[in-house]
Amino acid sequence: MLGNLTLAAIPLDQPIPLIAAGLVGAVLLATLAYIAFAGYLPYLWREWITSVDHKRIGVMYTLLALVMLLRGFTDALMMRSQQALAFRSPGYLPPEHYDQIFSAHGTLMIFFVGMTFMIGLMNYVVPLQLGVRDVAFPTLNSVGFWLTATGALLVNVSLVVGEFAKTGWLPYPPLSEITYSPGVGVDYYLWSLQISGVGTLMTGINLVTTILKMRAPGMNYLRMPMFCWTSLASNLLIVAAFPILTTTLAMLLLDRYLGFHFFTNTGGGNVMMFNNLIWAWGHPEVYILILPAFGIFSEVISTFSTKPLFGYRSMVAATMVICLLAFMVWLHHFFTMGAGADVNAVFGVTTMIIAVPTGVKVFNWLFTMYGGRVRFDTPMLWALAFMVTFVIGGMTGVLLAVPPADFVLHNSLFLVAHFHNVIIGGVLFGGFAGLSYWWPKAFGFRLHEGWGKAAWALWVSGFYVAFMPLYLLGLMGMTRRMQHYDDPAWRPWLIVAAFGALMILGGIACQVVQIIVSIRRRDELRDDTGDLWDGRSLEWSTASPPPAYNFAVLPQVHGEEPYWGMKQTALEQAHLSDAPHYEAIEIPRNSPTGFVCAFFATVLGFALIWHIWWMAGAGLLGAFATFVAFAWRDRAEVEMPASEVARLDGDNRRARADRLAHLEAAP
Amino acid sequence: MAMSGRDLRMRRGRAVATVSATAAGLGGCSHGILDPAGPVGGAERVILFDALAIMLCIVVPTIVATLACAWWFRAGNDRARRLPDWSFSGRVEVVTWSVPLLTILFLGGIAWVGSHELDPAKPLAPPVATADAKPLDVQVVALDWKWLFIYPDQGVASLNRLVIPAHVPVHFSLTSASVMNTFFVPQLGSMIYVMNGMADQLNLQADREGTFPGLSGHFSGDGFSDMHFDAVAMARSGFDAWVAGAKGAGPRLDAAAYAALSRQSTGLPPMTYGDVAPDLFEHVVLQHIPPGPGPEPASPPKPRAETDAKLDPKAGG
Repeated sequence: MLGNLTLAAIPLDQPIPLIAAGLVGAVLLATLAYIAFAGYLPYLWREWITSVDHKRIGVMYTLLALVMLLRGFTDALMMRSQQALAFRSPGYLPPEHYDQIFSAHGTLMIFFVGMTFMIGLMNYVVPLQLGVRDVAFPTLNSVGFWLTATGALLVNVSLVVGEFAKTGWLPYPPLSEITYSPGVGVDYYLWSLQISGVGTLMTGINLVTTILKMRAPGMNYLRMPMFCWTSLASNLLIVAAFPILTTTLAMLLLDRYLGFHFFTNTGGGNVMMFNNLIWAWGHPEVYILILPAFGIFSEVISTFSTKPLFGYRSMVAATMVICLLAFMVWLHHFFTMGAGADVNAVFGVTTMIIAVPTGVKVFNWLFTMYGGRVRFDTPMLWALAFMVTFVIGGMTGVLLAVPPADFVLHNSLFLVAHFHNVIIGGVLFGGFAGLSYWWPKAFGFRLHEGWGKAAWALWVSGFYVAFMPLYLLGLMGMTRRMQHYDDPAWRPWLIVAAFGALMILGGIACQVVQIIVSIRRRDELRDDTGDLWDGRSLEWSTASPPPAYNFAVLPQVHGEEPYWGMKQTALEQAHLSDAPHYEAIEIPRNSPTGFVCAFFATVLGFALIWHIWWMAGAGLLGAFATFVAFAWRDRAEVEMPASEVARLDGDNRRARADRLAHLEAAP
Repeated sequence: MAMSGRDLRMRRGRAVATVSATAAGLGGCSHGILDPAGPVGGAERVILFDALAIMLCIVVPTIVATLACAWWFRAGNDRARRLPDWSFSGRVEVVTWSVPLLTILFLGGIAWVGSHELDPAKPLAPPVATADAKPLDVQVVALDWKWLFIYPDQGVASLNRLVIPAHVPVHFSLTSASVMNTFFVPQLGSMIYVMNGMADQLNLQADREGTFPGLSGHFSGDGFSDMHFDAVAMARSGFDAWVAGAKGAGPRLDAAAYAALSRQSTGLPPMTYGDVAPDLFEHVVLQHIPPGPGPEPASPPKPRAETDAKLDPKAGG
């Protein structure tokens, strides 16, 4: 009846995961109870859960990423403290638990923090920057988000019911095969990523279509803001790379469930094929993560330097070159697998070539600041910390791209330090820059500066204290994923690194406080202008928060920085353009399809993990029925009458006029 | 001319040694890759430092320029010259593309030459003093979770302790009994993956006597952290004495003993085998001996226990 699922699956003998899960569960239940008793449930259902508005979905993606960041960071704290303690002793985490923690940490941070954060920001901002009313397929967008949430949920369920993978964040066979990992851990990993991977692919298709087919009149490709370009590149990579991940994981699933021999030791399986396939996805994946962050920094640096982005066309070219080269370097993840000198050398050189467009970007950001009027608000501080940190991470990356150097640095803590250097210094700092930059747009009030700056200082200094020792440890010959060790020389640096992790904890605490304080004091932090930072692209031309339809009238684009141009024209003519002629707007109807579909997908995933076949059948049937029901819908849109649009836009125009008057008063 | 070239290399070697001693000093006593004990590790350290030095020439000025630029052009600085519309300059673009391009051209050359010079499969030239020394063959098998070193020409084997003669090139053939690992002695240089059903080649050499920690760089399961060993480089005479002492002294390593060894265990103390079944390594590579069984079920099902019983008696002895 319940497949392999028995009471033994709940780790009653392990207090740490139980307490952790108990805490999470209690917080979750308390939140749900509060929502239910305060009567917010209908509001949540109507306005958020069933919403197909790209802005709402973007906010939910970002929220999911931030919550998963807390979970993933808890894992990080446990790892750092275990390694600080486990000198000639077993520490406090036994291997079978420690192994799950580093696997879950990597999986969560890459898929459910990094990607989810970036997709959230792209979802929110891209349609606004393009000057359109929504993404190409609004309901598909909602399905994509809820499937991602399903994946995150399944990873977290593994805390309490069963176990998570003990293989690292990429389940290299044969360790991940049924012979060497007979438990459900790898199955949790595989089904979580299969389900969320479908969601990610949907988002990729959606955003590529949106950018290619739905731009405001006059916005040709070379007038798109930089963030739209990097989003396009990132989503093209998703569309091209995620099918590889899905296929590779499907092959591993066939091995585990049906006795196939794709990657097994025996029966003609080949583990090296897995390495090649997983990195043929995995290397583009790191550019899927970093390219949107590059876009965010381009927007932030240009806005806060009060200057156009320097070398815009050069930046576009650099982005697309990175997008192409991302697929040509995967072998550098296993130079030590015994390929010949020629193969290693070719992939070493192609890897280094990626440093060229990346270097160009750094120089162009530098020249964007040159001659500007630089304001050091929180987003700009993140951008500056990024530029310094990322250059160091890029340098160590190129070092690792030299095959003979990689022969002694591969899989050492030097490598761990390198990819945290670029992912924290690049992707996370990018996410935080984007969060503080676009938060006022999304909610109509800015985040508290003081707490933001405190968070920035602790994060940045904590990052250096936590990860610079790891570079040294790598040079000292320490390899990754050690549960305990005997070398006394390593210990002091591991203690320093643990202290750095505590500083980052302080940074995260400041961010939590910042959000709470900002919400409580939203009236004094309110921005009525819709253009808090003196922005240059179209998202700043509409109200904050933007109305459901984004733009009352689709903007006419005449140049590279459309909103900056409009403001300049208005300033020259000393008045706003005349009130436009309003028309009724069709708005996509809310749909529970995404939520219901994800509910069945969760059932399906859980049933497959535990071999509960009848339940898997029910889940699959339910998901398919949801899709059929959606396909037979009668009405997809609701109409907002022109008078309502005119009323809402009138408020916006009054705010703009005030702003204009203010600008004229202080030239 | 050759002499001056060598002088130069020696001087650079000394400079590198100073830098690395400083770095090692930071970490207290280091057994890491900055303190190499052989030609492979030494050459890799030179490449590491060269590549780092080349990149620092670009990276340090970039970081300084970033911070200086941001600070000088801060909104409150009245002395800064503003260029609010300056967003393109062909000359600057040429520089921004050519600086990283030239750096990468240079580094790419190092990578290309280095990959070929230090190809793990490439035999090492023996040092001049012992030009007659034929490379020592060592066969490495990574097991769950221990290291087995077989000396085919000497007919002995060693568990969790690698003994090699100093100043003699060592040719390793490596495989795995079960999952992936990497064989890695940081002070000797290059690590390499080991995989079941195939053999990798690696050439290393110790230039001085000593004990160098070795470990696995690729996670291989619960016992991974215990998968370390000492690589001991001895004088030729010491090595010969060690072989002679091991020969005939310990148990015989045959298929049955190997099968017992391939079951999961950690913390086995180093030991030697006085005799090794012929072609044991080849049998592992060709999977004539099945891969390691992985975790034992909590209560083993009947047929499995029978198989084990068939293998056990000899292993016990």
